[in-house]
This record gives sequence, C-alpha cells and structure tokens, in this order.
Amino acid sequence: MKAALWMGPNTVEVHKVPDPTILNRRDAVIQVTSTAICGSDLHLVDGYVPTMQKGDILGHEFMGEVVEVGKGVGNLAVGDRVVVPFPIACGGCNFCKAQLFSACENSNPNAGIAEKIFGHPTAGIFGYSHLTGGYAGGQAEYVRVPFADVGPLKIESDLTDEQVLFLTDILPTGYMGAEMCDIQDGDVVAVWGAGPVGQFAADSARVLGAAKVIVIDKEDYRLRMAETAGYTTIDFEQVDVRSRLLELTGGRGPDKCIDAVGAEATHGSAHVNAYDRVKQATRAESERPHAIRQAIMSCRSGGIVSIIGVYGGFMDKFPTGAFMNRSLTLRTGQTHVHRYLRPLLERIEKGELDPTRIITHRMPLADAAKGYDLFKNKKDGCEKVVLSA
Amino acid sequence: MTKDHARDRLTTGLGWASLGLGLPLLLRPDDVTARVGAGVGDSQRTAALAVGARELLAAAGLLRRPGPGLLWARVLGDAVDLALLGRALQRPALPARVRRFGTATRTDDRQRALTATAAVAGITLVDLYAAVSRSRGGSASELRAVTTVAKPPREVYDFWRQLSNLPTFMAHLDTVRVTGDRTSRWTATAPFGTKVDWDAVITEDLPGQRLSWRSEPGSRIANEGTVRFLRAPGDRGTEVHVSLRYSAPGGRLGKALARYAGEEPHQMLDDDLRRLKQVLETGEVVRSDGAPGGKRARREFPQHAAQPLTARELKKEGLR
Repeated sequence: MKAALWMGPNTVEVHKVPDPTILNRRDAVIQVTSTAICGSDLHLVDGYVPTMQKGDILGHEFMGEVVEVGKGVGNLAVGDRVVVPFPIACGGCNFCKAQLFSACENSNPNAGIAEKIFGHPTAGIFGYSHLTGGYAGGQAEYVRVPFADVGPLKIESDLTDEQVLFLTDILPTGYMGAEMCDIQDGDVVAVWGAGPVGQFAADSARVLGAAKVIVIDKEDYRLRMAETAGYTTIDFEQVDVRSRLLELTGGRGPDKCIDAVGAEATHGSAHVNAYDRVKQATRAESERPHAIRQAIMSCRSGGIVSIIGVYGGFMDKFPTGAFMNRSLTLRTGQTHVHRYLRPLLERIEKGELDPTRIITHRMPLADAAKGYDLFKNKKDGCEKVVLSA
Repeated sequence: MTKDHARDRLTTGLGWASLGLGLPLLLRPDDVTARVGAGVGDSQRTAALAVGARELLAAAGLLRRPGPGLLWARVLGDAVDLALLGRALQRPALPARVRRFGTATRTDDRQRALTATAAVAGITLVDLYAAVSRSRGGSASELRAVTTVAKPPREVYDFWRQLSNLPTFMAHLDTVRVTGDRTSRWTATAPFGTKVDWDAVITEDLPGQRLSWRSEPGSRIANEGTVRFLRAPGDRGTEVHVSLRYSAPGGRLGKALARYAGEEPHQMLDDDLRRLKQVLETGEVVRSDGAPGGKRARREFPQHAAQPLTARELKKEGLR
C-alpha cells in the first residue's frame, strides 16, 4: 500500500510499504477513505518530537471502511464505516474506566520512554513517534486499529467524510478546551491560535454559552476565517495582546483563556520571539511558551487557563507568580476523544457545529508532501488539508 | 544460596596465606627475591615491596570483608607475580653479582625461579577455583517491582497460581510445567540465548493474598521470590508486589556481561509486570509496528519503524 512517511526533519515522502495485518485479537484493519494533516503533525515534521524514525507512517486523523476484524472484536463488521480516535485506549485500565482515555496505561508498548520524559506513561497514538507506541499512522491506504472494540465510532447516517472526519481529533480537542473552561453565563473566552483547533475551540465556546469569543493569531486569512464565524479577533503582530484584551473586556481580562497554539508559538515582538527561538534551537528549552505566558498574564483573577496546544518537554519563564497569586486554575490534557465522539456527532447532525468550514485544501494521498508544505508554510491560505486515499 | 564468606575456610585460608607471604616481602625483601631466584637489586626490591603491600591489603580484605571481588583481585595479582617471575627466568646469563646468599650460581637462580613459578602457578589455580566457585551464587540480587491491576486480588492470584500462565507475560520464560502439587519445572532463555531449566517448589500459598517459591537446591539459577496481592484503595483492583532473590551463573562478572548485552534484570521484571497488567486487563500483550514483541525496555528506541512488518519480519517475530 501507499503511505506518507517521515523520512527526516522536514521530509515527508509517499512510498509503498507492506499492508497492515492483525497483530492482536482486538485489532481491526481499516481501508482509509479520508485522512487529514494535523497541526501536531507539524511538530513531528519540524523535528521537535523525539523518537521519530525514518520510515514512520504519519497521520492520526483518519476514517474509512473496516476490511478485517480480529477475533476479539464483536461490535464491528467488514464494511462498517468508522471514524477512529487518535489516542489508542484499551478500555480496561483504571484510566480508561475513568474516561481518561489518553492516559491509558496499556496501549503504549513504549511506555518506558514516555515515563522518563513525562513521569508516567501516556496512551499509544497513531503515527505519532515511538514515544507514543510506534504505531503506524493513518495517512495511508490501510491502517491497523488496535482495541477496535473500544475506539472506532460507526457512522450510520449519510454525513459526508468531511463532516465527520474531524471527530478523530481536532473537533473534540477544541471542544475539550472549551469544556475545561467551565463556561458560565456572561463569560468572555479568549482563544490563542486561529488554526483548526483554535477555530473549533471558539465554535465550542460559542455552543457552550460564551458571551463573547476573542481569537488571537497573526495570519490574516486565519483571523478573517474567525471573523466570518462571528468572533472578535486580535492580530498579535499589530497590537499588544494584553492591552487589547483589557480594552475588549472593560479592563477585567478574559474570564477563560484557551491556548490552542502549543510549543511552537511566535511572539509579536521580534526580540522576545528571538529569545525563545534561540533557546529552543539550542535545546535550552523544548517549548516556545509565548501563548501560555500571555494567556496566564491576561486571564482575570480566579479564571481558568485551558491548554490544548501540544507541549512535549520543558519551558522557561513560566509565570508561576501570576498563576499562584491570582488564583488561576490550569486545566489541560491530550484529548480524551472517545468521550466526545457521540455528543459531538449529535451536534454535527443537529447543525450546531459545522466542521467543514475550516477545510481549504483537498488532494490525493499521493500529494501529501505538497499538503505538508502548504500547511506548514501557511501558503495559499492553507488552514486544513484533507487527503483522500 | 549466598555463601557465607565470613565462615568460608578456603577464603579465610587464602587470607592468612597472603599475610604469611606479605610480611617477609615487606620486612626482608632482598632475602625473598634471592630465594625465588630473581636476584638482588633496586628494581627487585621495589617489586618485592609492592607485591608485599598488595598481599597485606589482600589479607586485610579477605580476613575482614571477604567477597568474590577480592578473590578475583588475587587471581589478577597472581598473573602479575607470574609475569615478574617470567622476567626473572629470562635474565641474561651474565657473571654473578654481589650476593648475600653465598655462592649461588646462575643455574641455581634459574632452578629457584622455576620452583617459585611452579608454586605461584599452583596458588593461581587455587585462587581461580576460589574466585569462580565463590562467584557462583556469591552475588545474589534482590529485585522488587510493583504494579496495580484493575482486577480483584483473587482473580490476579488465580491467574498467577496457574503457573503455566507465567510465560504469557514473563518474556524470558519459555515454559513452566507443573510437576506436582507444589512443584514445577521452569525453562527460560538466559542472556546470550542460552537455555536453562530448574525445578521450583511453592513454599507458601495463601490464596488471594500471597505466593512464595524457591528453586530446588542445585539449580543453576538459584532463586526465590514472593508475590503479594493487596487490595488497592478506592476499588482500583490489586496491587501486585513482587520481590525476587536470584543468583545467576557467573556472579557479578556474569551480571555485568548480561547488562552489557542489554539484559537489565530490574527492567526485565518491570516489563514482565506491565505485560501481566496488559494480559489481565486487555486479554493479551499489546503489540505495535515499532514493538511487535510488546513492551521490552531494551527495545524501545530505536526499533522497527512505525510501518507494517513484512511477511518475513512477522514470521521472525512469531506472529505468522
């Protein structure tokens, strides 16, 4: 089969590889119909996630048709159309039982590496380095799906691939970001990042009852996309973010702040930007923490800062003082996608959420390298690339 | 299984022998060098004093805190002595120098050196025997590991008590065959791919709580262990606490070599418990493209790329 492979930093190539097979009784093999490139794939391509190996198949946002099921999978049959959550979860450990699927204790056979970096193991993830299990990803014609009796959601309605594909990751991720904000009547929610996850976090804040949603980014076309959806925007290269947020909130600051940026943030001020860029390049820190710093400094006292942007290691100058003295609450997590599949599918069916609004590029899997280039370098107004296999 | 070195007569005897050899070397170095046919001179004296000091150190060590390490040090010292005597044997046949021992001739010296060499060679054999025999089982290891399994204690105990289940999660065990009510025969793959087997007997069996075993005397891998099954607080299942004592062939040296080959015993036990958890909570050992053999600390990175295995690779992993 054909698959998009990581061949080294900034090198994605489509090559032929062996077809997947059933390795465990609870596996299924899916023939991929649609798959997407995620912002977090860029962290892999940029070379910031350790334990990538040449030949690793990328991709954790994918859906398709079941072509083979293991003996231990009772709920799926060949021909079923499914979306597959990006974290792999066993369903049987204490964390899965507590609905903390991305903290599954059993699905990552390389738990030892994760433990060294994170203190405790994290779940396996498709196509997301060997730190998360060394599982082949979904930017391929076929994928092996472990614990297929736990993860995949059958799509039985006539919704299109594009309407349901993002249930695999970015829609639940944005939604969890807003849900962790515990949004109350009258809340102003600020979202850092107008990429796909930021857009969906804003949409989710809206459906969860936020009075006003503010989206912060520097890419004009992304800010316009947020404005079209009805949000107030701030271009951090044009104005000082904190001052503008105070203006927009009567001097209070946003009640809830969502960081949908993560480790590769940039800053409006060239010298601040350079400071963390150099530290990251010399490995003195693994993150560029502009978004999270700004979110903490901007949030009103007693507010909630919700982190869904991906971080992988250690950062410098985390504003602990602001965080502690002003009674902020920090909430975060890799998305527990399994929890959100059905509720969000319902919201899509009811028309409350329209995930297709962010798709700007569609191309065949064979053009994956081009898709990565457009998305990474923000060329041609690229917001989200969907590949058809 | 661990030899009690303090009461080990051979080791103690070697300690006294070291003392007996070291004292004259330090007090009358010239006499000794002459007697062993090495001649008399500044370099001979320096060597004698160094050897004497070494012997006293060895004596102090062997008599106070005996251990296989010191015995191996003695073997090394013997090698040095043999080398020194070898040099004495090769001394050119030049006219005799001043000697305190009367009229010794070059031929006499040669004879003396040969005799001394034979004696040291004999001691070397004794030392080697002592070192090897005391190393075997001489450095028992104690390992502990723990995990929590989301199943009731009785279920986890029952799974473990069915000893033939052990190889499903203990990567190095090939088979466990139950041979009696409390006895069983274990086969394992040791470091460097060698096969070992031994008989074990259950020494304590408290259903749902605790299980202890030890290997029968004479086993090549002497081992004993206890696994305790404790109810985890908050209805979270069972805490499995394992403690193991074992001594592998080759003692410390063997252990160091095994570690060099990537077999870290503590990691192996840790891996085993993770696989136990997987087997009980999910039904089997979890595999990925990168880790087709499941959780193995020594094979986490680099590993097979995250892409499907070829038919040949699957076969090699025993998955086809």
